Amino acid sequence: MPDNLNGGGISAQFRAKEPPFRVVKRAELPLEKLILFYVISVLVAVVIGGLFIALNGVNPFLYFKEVFSGCFRSGVAFRGLVRIIVPLLMVSLGVILAFKMRYWNIGAEGQLIMGAVFATWASRAFPGLPTPIMLIVMAVAGIIGGGIWGLITAFFKCRFNTNETLFTLMLNYVAFYIVDYLRNGPWQADPGFPGIGRLAANSRLPQIFRLDISWIVAIVLVFFIYIYLKYTKQGYEIAVVGDSISTARYAGMNVNRIMQRTMFLSAGICGLAGMLKVSGVVSNYTLDTGIASGVGFTAISVAWLAKLNPFGVFVVSFLFGVLEKGCSVAESTFHLSAAITQILQGLILFTILGSDFFIRYKLQLTRGGRKLNEHNN
Amino acid sequence: MTETVNAKGSVPDVAIELKGITKKFGTVVANNNIDLSVRRGEILALLGENGSGKTTLMNMLSGIYRPDSGSVFIDGKRVVINSPEDAKKLGIGMIHQHFKLVEVLTAADNIVMGAEERGVFLTRKRFEKTREICKKYGLNVDMEKYVYNMSVSEKQSLEIAKVLYYGAKILILDEPTAVLTPQETKHLFEILRSMRDQGCAIIIITHKLNEVLEISDRVTILRKGESVATVETRNTNANELTELMVGRKVSLAIERPKVKVGANLLHVHHLTIENSDGIEVIKNVSFDLNEGEILGVAGIAGSGQKELCEAIAGLHPIKKGAILYKDENIERRTPRELINLGISMSFIPEDRLGMGLAASLDITDNMMLKNYARGKSPFVDRKTAGETAKRIVKSLDIVTPSINTPVRRLSGGNVQKVLLGREIDASPKVLITAYPVRGLDINSSYTIYNLLNTQKQNGAGVLFIGEDLDVMLELCDRIMVLCHGRVSGIVKASEVTKEQLGLMMTRLSESEVEKNAG
Repeated sequence: MPDNLNGGGISAQFRAKEPPFRVVKRAELPLEKLILFYVISVLVAVVIGGLFIALNGVNPFLYFKEVFSGCFRSGVAFRGLVRIIVPLLMVSLGVILAFKMRYWNIGAEGQLIMGAVFATWASRAFPGLPTPIMLIVMAVAGIIGGGIWGLITAFFKCRFNTNETLFTLMLNYVAFYIVDYLRNGPWQADPGFPGIGRLAANSRLPQIFRLDISWIVAIVLVFFIYIYLKYTKQGYEIAVVGDSISTARYAGMNVNRIMQRTMFLSAGICGLAGMLKVSGVVSNYTLDTGIASGVGFTAISVAWLAKLNPFGVFVVSFLFGVLEKGCSVAESTFHLSAAITQILQGLILFTILGSDFFIRYKLQLTRGGRKLNEHNN
Repeated sequence: MTETVNAKGSVPDVAIELKGITKKFGTVVANNNIDLSVRRGEILALLGENGSGKTTLMNMLSGIYRPDSGSVFIDGKRVVINSPEDAKKLGIGMIHQHFKLVEVLTAADNIVMGAEERGVFLTRKRFEKTREICKKYGLNVDMEKYVYNMSVSEKQSLEIAKVLYYGAKILILDEPTAVLTPQETKHLFEILRSMRDQGCAIIIITHKLNEVLEISDRVTILRKGESVATVETRNTNANELTELMVGRKVSLAIERPKVKVGANLLHVHHLTIENSDGIEVIKNVSFDLNEGEILGVAGIAGSGQKELCEAIAGLHPIKKGAILYKDENIERRTPRELINLGISMSFIPEDRLGMGLAASLDITDNMMLKNYARGKSPFVDRKTAGETAKRIVKSLDIVTPSINTPVRRLSGGNVQKVLLGREIDASPKVLITAYPVRGLDINSSYTIYNLLNTQKQNGAGVLFIGEDLDVMLELCDRIMVLCHGRVSGIVKASEVTKEQLGLMMTRLSESEVEKNAG
């Protein structure tokens, strides 16, 4: 009966086909090795980016030297770097709360804007307050403004199972045009010219080391989020909901409440970042449509590269800040296009995400097909 | 090649032979130097505890994994199987535990889908061609029926027809009887015998010793990744097989300790439940659960067991009727209130993880899943949870690198022990457990049975939703049989036979049921 299976054809057909490499699962890597892998992948990105820069006729070594010195050569340069990092760091910390819950909040941009809008409103509504109280009121307003912008999406998701990715994304545009409306309408400072006036002196952040205090808020927040996610009951609930909603329900958790609360918090932090930005030097104390300037989207990359770890977020935001500040300096030095920065960021994202494969698997040489032949003959 | 006994001319007698197969995952050795052979026209049973490497070994034969070392011979010729495609070409067909079928296609389409037929259009001919295969091996599948309309047993027959259509001469079945009724199992075995008689080589993986003894010609036993013995089925018995598998003598009798039945715990009163599609899956079901008893629930998979469990745990709305816990209606209670009342539910779904555990969290974090919210502190108490984790890992022999290992990295059996361990550790008043030994090996299963008996002796009421009727007959005090969502009888386990239960599960007539129930 099995006459179609005899004969040597089968083995001849298969013995030569063994590929030269085999993908083998690795044992869990220790932390030092993991970090080494990430460092290597950043270096790979720098090398590829360097080749690209060389193609543009610029010596890559000089370019990267300029990137570095553009950030660290002087106090002014370094302060410029910090001003870029702070909003990115805060918004990234905000989105990891949502991402841990597998809630795809890509609306940080709009949440930041709404935080800034509410803070500006508070500043205009209570003009006579002394600075410390004013700033607290504005911070609360910012958190509420951003928080509501996030809560809306969670409310509809819980009630009608709407898609939060689309919802949060679309609200970005709504927030953007609210600012556009305000600067052309009710809050217009000079007739005929779109723009909202600078905040009053009592609504501006005090300075430490000639930097406004937002960097202190950001660093405190790193520890706060770390502890919140790792050690609190609410953080635990986020982890369980993110793992499996049915398990969370089974454990007696009120999934809707957790989802709405977490989203309010996530978006509220983005809103706080907006408030700090609008009352800081970086925005010239002015609310405008460019207040978020893409931070909400960059934060998504930062959060993932950092594997949703708050300390990782700190490191990655710093790296992204260096790239952005340093590259903008290097661009003008060498008369290169501004797109180069984005290409470099993309490359780093690509190599780090790609390195994940090598962290989990290794390639192993197989014995190859030739040896098998000998064995059979 | 060694023993190429040419019984039929040039065709060697041994269809498939494995020599010195080793496979490692990271630092874990799943298979270590395994030898195995199957002759043409033979059914080989592969026996072993959870994590002994059965599935890994078979996955290498079907091209899903590749061995680190060792060789595979088919018809005496050495081959390298790099992909499922290679396995298919070599005539190896695997029937997985979880069916790999497209629900919205007909039976015939599921078969021809992977057969790389010529031509652009699907023609009527595919129905005839696929029917021929079924006829040849006595498979009973309607080729024009859609898969979503099929019963589990039909789907399984279709899976078999599929691999036979591709020309499989070596068939591997991974726990094929886990989801079948006794009658369906009987039918499956007839098909397997007919295939064997036509010259196929069959490897069957199962935990059920009685089935091994009934269907197989030879048995190969794996223990901790090594092949410890191969025996002729007719020369062995259940006790010897268990001893080979576990490595020491194990008593196979399940105890049913006599406990004085206490007060009523749970009274389910004319309960009707709809599933998420709005179809009534539990219809007018009434039963009582008392302190100190194990009430078994038997029924074909998907007879509303899941919804029943969830309704009692407060996770699924009730359409009609009521559930009383100690004479109090619990319909409006939240799941957390029910947990605090002492109602515990552990449902082991097919994928073993779905509900009850958070797969990416570690064992410690999973221990506090149900009681993390206790106390006023805003912080979780990981210290107590860690102690619970250590205690359970030790008492249930859970194989894990540490209590900080994510649950998803554990093997299926160990995942289950984590879940059940946690539920039992909370010493609930009502313990609902569905499929607690699903896919577990003998040793672990007996550990679970003992734990359930301990709960019963401590005065808890246990609702045991099971699939192995032999076990239920020995373990349970009473058995409620569900059929199409209705109760077809509640019987004393000591006064009923397996065949009667099987009939009640598929229900003949009302009178029959009453006779059985009486």
